Amino acid sequence: MKRFEGLEKLTGRTLFIDDLPLENCLWGATVRSPAARGTIRQVRVPNHLEGSGLVLVDHRDLPGPNVVSLITDDWPILAAETVRHRYEPVMLVAAESRAAARRAAAQIEVVVDPLPAALDFRQTPTAEQIQVGDDNVLKQLKIERGEVDEALAAAPIVVEGEYETGAQEHVYLEPQGMAAWLDGEVVVVHGSLQCPYYVESALTRALDLPAERVRVIQAATGGGFGGKEDFPSIVAIHAALLAIKAQRPIKLIYDRGEDMAATTKRHPAWIRHRTGLSEEGQILAHDIEVVLDGGAYVTLSPVVLSRGMIHAAGPYACDHVRIRGRAMMTNSVPFGAFRGFGAPQTLFAIERHMDVIAKQIGVDPVKLRRLNLLTDGQATATGQVIDDGTDRQQVLSRALDLSRFTYKRSQHTAFNAEHAYLRRGIGLACFFHGAGFTGSGERAMKSLLHVAGLADGRVEVLSASTEIGQGTTTIFTQIAADQLRLDPEQILIAQPDTWRVPDNGPTVASRTTMVVGRLIERACDNLRERVGLDAAATGTELQAALVAWHEEHPDEELLGSARYQQPPGIEWDDETYRGDAYSAYGWATYVAEVEVDLRTYTARVIDFVAVQEIGKVLNETLARGQIQGGVVQGIGWALLEECRWQEGGMANHQLTNYIIPTSDDVPSIRVAFLENPYPHGGQGAKGIGELPLDGPAPAIFNAVAAATGVDPRVLPLVPERLMELIEQ
Amino acid sequence: MRHQIRVEVNGKSHEREVEARQLLVHFLRDELRLTGTNVGCETSLCGACTVWMDGKAVKSCTQLAVQADGCSVTTIEGMKQGDTFHPVQEAFWECHGLQCGYCTPGMIMAAGALLKENPSPSEAEIRQSLKGNLCRCTGYQNIVKAIAHAAQGGAQ
Repeated sequence: MKRFEGLEKLTGRTLFIDDLPLENCLWGATVRSPAARGTIRQVRVPNHLEGSGLVLVDHRDLPGPNVVSLITDDWPILAAETVRHRYEPVMLVAAESRAAARRAAAQIEVVVDPLPAALDFRQTPTAEQIQVGDDNVLKQLKIERGEVDEALAAAPIVVEGEYETGAQEHVYLEPQGMAAWLDGEVVVVHGSLQCPYYVESALTRALDLPAERVRVIQAATGGGFGGKEDFPSIVAIHAALLAIKAQRPIKLIYDRGEDMAATTKRHPAWIRHRTGLSEEGQILAHDIEVVLDGGAYVTLSPVVLSRGMIHAAGPYACDHVRIRGRAMMTNSVPFGAFRGFGAPQTLFAIERHMDVIAKQIGVDPVKLRRLNLLTDGQATATGQVIDDGTDRQQVLSRALDLSRFTYKRSQHTAFNAEHAYLRRGIGLACFFHGAGFTGSGERAMKSLLHVAGLADGRVEVLSASTEIGQGTTTIFTQIAADQLRLDPEQILIAQPDTWRVPDNGPTVASRTTMVVGRLIERACDNLRERVGLDAAATGTELQAALVAWHEEHPDEELLGSARYQQPPGIEWDDETYRGDAYSAYGWATYVAEVEVDLRTYTARVIDFVAVQEIGKVLNETLARGQIQGGVVQGIGWALLEECRWQEGGMANHQLTNYIIPTSDDVPSIRVAFLENPYPHGGQGAKGIGELPLDGPAPAIFNAVAAATGVDPRVLPLVPERLMELIEQ
Repeated sequence: MRHQIRVEVNGKSHEREVEARQLLVHFLRDELRLTGTNVGCETSLCGACTVWMDGKAVKSCTQLAVQADGCSVTTIEGMKQGDTFHPVQEAFWECHGLQCGYCTPGMIMAAGALLKENPSPSEAEIRQSLKGNLCRCTGYQNIVKAIAHAAQGGAQ
């Protein structure tokens, strides 16, 4: 099935938020902190700006508490007395044009008396750098199973390793942006976002308004990747505050430089492994430490840490596991949700570590993985017994076959012996990704979804899940059409609008097709029952019944509904971090072939194979697109994308010097699926959105190690870093 | 300082007085309400704002409106002729060459310009020529495939 929302995008008719015609609107801009940490002594507004019709908003204009609602109430909407990171918002302005607003914002000076900033999350903070509790630790977690110390002491071999990953900027092509206006008593916010109900709850709290006086509508959204999960709440509140103060519509659209400087990014991480092994390479014990840079405020760091830790031991069996983790507060931009959500960092570490182990003990890296891969009946780090019937060895075999792994390795040996300055290598990574919310998250969310039977016989899906490029509209249409035996043209997908659609949870965590897709199936069944039909009914019968129902019940709404039900047998304990962390996992092996140029110290991916088992593949074109796009983001994270920090601020906050992959930097990505339908997912699907971010970096690093003999452990592997390693 | 300019956009002539510093992309979006051309970076890097000026692909965020005086500009809105899609648009649809759609107008304009100069490019030539247009969703694969597909269909 072709995607449904494509035609408008091909002809330029799609209205992104900056394209929306808005009569009589003012333009917003944000005044930000110049310092990483300090006390705000003064906000200097030049005399000529006062009384010039400029609208100014600061923290005193907030009707409600000065916090963005996420996990902890610590993220200010507008800094009041102190600032905790560079580019923290302090004041808002609105003017008659975009240029005038930006000019005015640039002339307003925030004077900060600096305080000692904590800038390195790996270092224990000094007394004067402490800002949270007595140690700057935002969140601490521990997963423990078995007798780790005893098992390590008894292990014939112990291999240690430290690994580091840097921040990553989302670079959704459309920068953050919101429009806000007043419709009588109601504050309407329309914009680029992933999670309408996150924005709604942030707005009602900040503006101290009941839900019926706040309406959030998603506009066409030009990419998200997690970056439009947490941050849009800030932009939305800012736009709404300006609209309320000005009593006029507001557009608040970031430019690229502001977006990259001020918005959340992927958490930098430091990970240490101590692994006890048998002589043959069987993993006997894991002792793993995970430290994340949380940045200035908590945002989503506790859950990113938790997902990272749960994935930290990889898809391998081991009875003695200890994983300790903490997220540290630092005076840099808050780190937040980014596709993969902690798992890419820890999977990079374990999968690079597996090759380090292989080399150290003289075992083939493929053999080492084969020996340790989970088989059904064995348990993960949290004690979750895997029993899904997926043949993980087969996933690995398929990737080796497709990439001609063994043949390539021998070919590279010959190539490298002869070539003057090029070195080729091939590397792999085996990994998994838990789909849906962690632990009890889905149960707590209690997602609700409706499908409406319309008077003309068509059916409308009422869902808060957003289309951000991944194909939600198409998949939802396909699921509803199949379930009701209707032509896809008979299905409508409502625009996510908190006044029209129920809260079926955020568009995150690879949960849309698997969790929400299942809700659509059940709501469709419920709709059919409501008009007295059973599952055998044809589409024609259903449509006739819908029309008849409306004739009997004029002006009434006919809804089929479904609320989330946890699949049977899922147990999770939030206190001990034991149990079934995810109801389903995707399983994958990725293989990268690289070519390193010893003259320029650049590593280039020349072939890439991505094999995964993701339950049933509902729409192969869309699924392939998700994998290809995710892999290329992973290649960027591994080799090109480096956030350079200066006093806690991103120094290279432009696309001129923060480099993401172009078409010329990447090869075709060869994608293959193994299918093992998951009975509790929409049409048998498991989540796939985030999985492809996990595998590329370790596969590439292992390939570079194979090509050059160096031992890279710090990501990204930019030429400067590779040069240092090769020259050593 | 304001200047009088006359620009033909998508076959229609427009006369306007513009600020000397006004960028072509803002002229198209704000003055003519042609919002299909997107702004992604404002530094000439991402290519979301690519349009044709006298048939050649340019990044309209680094052209001044006054530079377009006397020129013929084509934007994404001008690619579909009546009910007929441009072959590159057809191919992007056929090959699923888009996800979020924000880079798409610029990609189509860049691809169309490439095929005018080189009607049957190799994959390497396509990848090389698209270097100035960033996409964060697709991994480029289906975009490259779409352009090759359009080339085979004899796009002019």
